[in-house]
Amino acid sequence: MTTSPSTASAIRSAPAAAERGAAAQRAQRWRKLGITLLGWGVALTIFFPIFWMILTGFKTEAEAIADPSLIFTPTLDSYVEVQERADYIKFAWNSVVVSFGSTLLALLIAIPSAYAMAFLPTKRTKGTLLWMLSTKMLPSVGVLVPIYLLFRDIGLLDTRLGLTIVYTLMNLPIVVWMLYTFFKDLPKDILEAGRMDGAGTLQEVWYLLLPLTLPGIASTGLLSVILSWNEAFWSLNLTTSQAAPLTAYIASFSSPEGLFWAKLSAASTMAIAPILIFGWLTQKQMVRGLTFGAVK
Amino acid sequence: MKQRHSQPYASRYPLHSPIRYLSALACLSGSALAVSVGAAQADTITVATVNNNDMVIMQSLTEEFEKAHPDITLDWVVLEENVLRQRMTTDIATQGGQFDVMTIGSYEAPIWAERGWLEPLNDLPADYQVDDLLGPVRDGLSHDGTLYAVPFYAESSMLYFRKDLFAEAGIDMVEQPTWTQVRDWAEQLHDPDNDVAGICLRGKPGWGENMAFVSTMINTFGGRWFDMDWQAQIDSPAWQEAVSFYVDLLDNYGPAGASSNGFNENLALFSRGNCAMWVDATSAAGKLFNPEESEVAAELGFAPAPVAETPKGSHWLWSWALAIPTSSDAKEAARTFVTWATSQEYVALVGEREGWTSVPPGTRQSTYDHPSYVEAAPFASFVVDAIRNADPLDSSLEPNPYVGVQFVGIPEFQAIGTQVGQMVASALTGDTSVEQALAAAQRATERTMARAGYTD
Repeated sequence: MTTSPSTASAIRSAPAAAERGAAAQRAQRWRKLGITLLGWGVALTIFFPIFWMILTGFKTEAEAIADPSLIFTPTLDSYVEVQERADYIKFAWNSVVVSFGSTLLALLIAIPSAYAMAFLPTKRTKGTLLWMLSTKMLPSVGVLVPIYLLFRDIGLLDTRLGLTIVYTLMNLPIVVWMLYTFFKDLPKDILEAGRMDGAGTLQEVWYLLLPLTLPGIASTGLLSVILSWNEAFWSLNLTTSQAAPLTAYIASFSSPEGLFWAKLSAASTMAIAPILIFGWLTQKQMVRGLTFGAVK
Repeated sequence: MKQRHSQPYASRYPLHSPIRYLSALACLSGSALAVSVGAAQADTITVATVNNNDMVIMQSLTEEFEKAHPDITLDWVVLEENVLRQRMTTDIATQGGQFDVMTIGSYEAPIWAERGWLEPLNDLPADYQVDDLLGPVRDGLSHDGTLYAVPFYAESSMLYFRKDLFAEAGIDMVEQPTWTQVRDWAEQLHDPDNDVAGICLRGKPGWGENMAFVSTMINTFGGRWFDMDWQAQIDSPAWQEAVSFYVDLLDNYGPAGASSNGFNENLALFSRGNCAMWVDATSAAGKLFNPEESEVAAELGFAPAPVAETPKGSHWLWSWALAIPTSSDAKEAARTFVTWATSQEYVALVGEREGWTSVPPGTRQSTYDHPSYVEAAPFASFVVDAIRNADPLDSSLEPNPYVGVQFVGIPEFQAIGTQVGQMVASALTGDTSVEQALAAAQRATERTMARAGYTD
């Protein structure tokens, strides 16, 4: 029996190839481990301030301002005191109403406008989009007094409706931009097929466009809710007691005299808890929405 | 021929479920919004205040007030001092009418009164005993002889020291310490190996932070903010001397990172035993004497604020007061509340419920005559003397045109004070020299004053 030179060399190189394969596998494992560690490192770095805030909420005021330490006896004193001093539910309900209300209002306005710009563009569409975004470039404090006077005259100061309107207007450019991007990714043929089937514009939007771009709409909505939830400038300036959301609740625990870090941390933890849980629950939709259309 | 479907398009395709959720959410939020636009109650008054301990106590006594005045309900807006100041200024300048009672300082009271933003409080009921209010505090809240805000608590500044460390070093505290003595003591007591700084002072920039303290040093070193023609005096020898002294003192004998320490940070440092001396607000005394909040309660000593060239303006005067904006639509109810919260009865109520060291200090002579307070607060006489001796109308060696010891009672001062404070802080961190910092501060202040029309 004879072996061809090529077979012989293949046999000879088999252990080497196996070794190379094992080495490549090892390298890949290391690379994977490195990426995992890096991912964890970045995640922990980003999460650390929140972790420290949660931890500080369980310390006494003296421990909160002392040298940083992970070892302490946890106490609920700050939570009890925070609860005694302010009605958390009232502030939280205001936050829920205002952030979800403004998001819905923004979506109601943004969906038709993004539809128009994505599917029926004119030569001014790009300019309009850029102009909308340019409104975000004006510092809020620049328009505080005119808006304050306007709200005073129409009785919208310290109302949830007033804050909802402001948040809607504040987030509208971003919402329109995001929806426009998602709508642009949708093949026009699908809508045309619907039209061939006899769908009118409204039906086209409701039965085709919205279901097909729902992940994008959901993530846009979620972003708008989060932005509204965390907004502090307008909520502090346009509300007093009736419509004040959780940002005003947090602000009331900061003090120029006396120790307040533990109470402030407890209040902040309670303020971010609902949106954090909401974020966890909707994480899948959010990631799906944000990567929607990323790979074609 | 165009094909026609037997069913309408809508019913051929089931409604996508997430869309259904979205619609449900829209209805829910819509109804919540509709509920939210409710009318405010007629006898509800909105009180804007800061989150200081004395105000927290006032808030906790809401029920007591509402029990005594069943026709009035209190709504609180509690914010951090600077946020509150901005919020209230916007509202009062636009006559927004969002607040019925505002917590303001002795800086704002005369300025806002002059602009007609505050209700005069000159016909207070006899049982309020307006003459019991301490003179300098009352003057600081008046404009053209009329009271526009009633004091809730007032403070001056004084020197706190550790009696144990002084005894160990064989130092005897004198009746009226000078800054030179304080520097010598700080040198002796500075012990960084044991985490004890010779002296703790404010370094955090801001007109109400480092400049409140630095202004008193400038006063006592013979300086002033402006001469009688509103010309800035920041590059004068007295400023140079005072600021150089302050920077040297903190650089050599202060705690690490002194330029980021304000009242709160120093309070924490002193209460933990990390400072041998501290010059700051008299309102810290109650906290430092409370063993639950302070590890050095048993070792706490106090003395008048140190002096240099002149005792004038060596200690500040500040009061937090309650005022009624002219835009309020519940002025009578607001008046009832402000007189209750600043009355002798209120002081007694806090004394009984929270303990006598917790009563709002510095406003009424009767507080300092009360045996329970004198017994509970050994610092009482120092505080009342410091407040009585502080004269906002005559706070510097050479005459000045402004009202205020540690501030200048003009609207432009917030910006000027904070800007100069930042420059002083940069000298403290060593980023610039004292000379450079003061020269820059002088130029910036001259520009602001010229723009505001005080000078040419």
